[in-house]
Amino acid sequence: MLQLKNMFKVSYKSIMKNRMRSLLTSLGIIIGVSAVIVMVGIGSGSQQRIEQEIASMGDNMIIVFPSFSQRGGVSRGAGSFNRMTMEDVEAIQKDATCLKYISAIVMSSGQVIANGKNWNTSIQGVDPDYQHIRMWKLKSGEFFTEKDIRARKKVAVIGQTVAENVFGNIDPVGQKIRIRNTPFKVIGVLEPKGQDGRGQDQDDIIYAPSTTVLTKLKGDRYINMINASATTLEDIPKAQEELADILRREHKIGYGKEDDFMVANQTSITEMASETSRIMTMLLGAVAAVSLIVGGIGIMNIMLVSVTERTREIGIRLSLGARSGDILTQFLLEAVVLSLTGGLIGIILSLAIAGILNTWTEIYTLINPLIAVLSFSFSGAVGIFFGFYPARKASVLNPIDALRYE
Amino acid sequence: MKSVIQINDIKKIYHIGEIDVHALRGVNLSVNEGEFISIMGPSGSGKSTLMNLIGCLDEPTSGKYELDGIDVSSLSKDEYADVRNQKIGFVFQGFNLLPRTTALENVELPLLYDRNHRIKDPIKAAKEALERVGLAERIDHVPSQLSGGQQQRVAIARALVNKPSIILADEPTGNLDTKTSIEIMSVFQELNDQGITILLVTHENDISYYTRRIVKLRDGRIIKDEKPQKIHIASKDLELVEEDI
Repeated sequence: MLQLKNMFKVSYKSIMKNRMRSLLTSLGIIIGVSAVIVMVGIGSGSQQRIEQEIASMGDNMIIVFPSFSQRGGVSRGAGSFNRMTMEDVEAIQKDATCLKYISAIVMSSGQVIANGKNWNTSIQGVDPDYQHIRMWKLKSGEFFTEKDIRARKKVAVIGQTVAENVFGNIDPVGQKIRIRNTPFKVIGVLEPKGQDGRGQDQDDIIYAPSTTVLTKLKGDRYINMINASATTLEDIPKAQEELADILRREHKIGYGKEDDFMVANQTSITEMASETSRIMTMLLGAVAAVSLIVGGIGIMNIMLVSVTERTREIGIRLSLGARSGDILTQFLLEAVVLSLTGGLIGIILSLAIAGILNTWTEIYTLINPLIAVLSFSFSGAVGIFFGFYPARKASVLNPIDALRYE
Repeated sequence: MKSVIQINDIKKIYHIGEIDVHALRGVNLSVNEGEFISIMGPSGSGKSTLMNLIGCLDEPTSGKYELDGIDVSSLSKDEYADVRNQKIGFVFQGFNLLPRTTALENVELPLLYDRNHRIKDPIKAAKEALERVGLAERIDHVPSQLSGGQQQRVAIARALVNKPSIILADEPTGNLDTKTSIEIMSVFQELNDQGITILLVTHENDISYYTRRIVKLRDGRIIKDEKPQKIHIASKDLELVEEDI
């Protein structure tokens, strides 16, 4: 082998002498590498967002919701037989040892009127603990208390979106608001929380005491959900067990019978959501990797043409004393240098694209340095793999024939 | 006199389909250091084949070939390449310079493949070689900016740069007009006067008169090996040509 330095010089010179062709050759790799990095970046960006959002959903949160019930072998779907009541919540409150907060959730929705404007939004009946479970601070005013719950007071805490759309510039605290024609008094405004993992506006909401919503708005006795907070992160499984035991007792579900409720925690939701986006990331990455391979085929193509086009040059080099190994190295190096340069430009391009996406669009891209390194090395491997055949073809040329080639 | 080329009963047979073509039918040739020899013959006489064998671009079917004391017939492909690099300087009819590459870089090319690093400073050596052929002023020109004669001088400089045992020139004036041809022959004569061994293949009688020994080939055999009646001096002829114009 000749000095690698010399061989690099030869390859570098011949790349620089055909700038346009070299750029076009690398283009496939440039696009491939940047596609891989950006695609995976978009995937892991959304994954991270979902995880963050779920984490911000609440404090060691446990969610209990009614499960499907079976009657005579006919499944009636989730929530079809809603049996959870305020009594369940009270029983849990009384007996649970690993919970610090608990709140019933009563869901409703409808038209609200105030200040001469009206707005359609969801109304949720919750307990005072709910504010702590969701770690949700107030912008102004205050949250309702245990006393309000017991007295079924018609008070409401409204989200930012509702405040803006109904009250505009007026301070909503102390104002009257008619919820489905029942007058409520606004006692607090929540801090804006933005969109949740599914893109829903979390601020487009009104919270009122659970008892008030249940009796005055819905006229029902069943609640939709129970939210609770475990004392610590480690206590979540134990708290879930406890919750399930209490509910089974309350609902008189015998041993071996199926539960009519489901207990989930934040972690399991996180896992499900990030599993989905992980699959998405993998799919995006795979599609992009295909384009990287196509880029490699592009290199092979151009290198093959280049070998034919430069047959005479190869003949000259052979006649001047180049061994066939030297020719092989030269062409292989050219392919590798082209693909690595393409990889490098691709990385820079992907950083630029990620910057643009993060600044100007809603898409959040999280560049993973490992993926950048990986796709860069992969582009090098692509160069070697697809460069070898043309390089080998060049190296086995007979000097006499190569010199005579027109 | 030290012998540079010693060829004994060399035969070369090409197999084209089912037909055997006898390009060389037993050639004996001995070339000593400092000789300036032209090989002549009509097309098909085997002169190109002989040239390729001497240049280690091709292997003989049978016979023995010693170059500078080395038995070349037994070498491997890579050793062939090394012999071409260390001992032979090629000058071609079509110049065969790398396009879009400066004269200096073209001349440096053989040194790139010099595994023994005999020449410590390639750029200096390349510059000196270009000076010897009178192109010191044009080292940064690329072939398309040079005339045919100048391109051939670059090629000669490239053949010189690795201090070869022999320069092999294959129809070096074939693509050039008369005046430029004489110029190139004058470069060769000058180099020969400095002691460089040159073997030149041509089919033009006028060109062979500038060499000191003429070998004529026909049908794969040497039919004549003689000194020209009168050796022409290229530099003097050049003055005559210029007067004519």
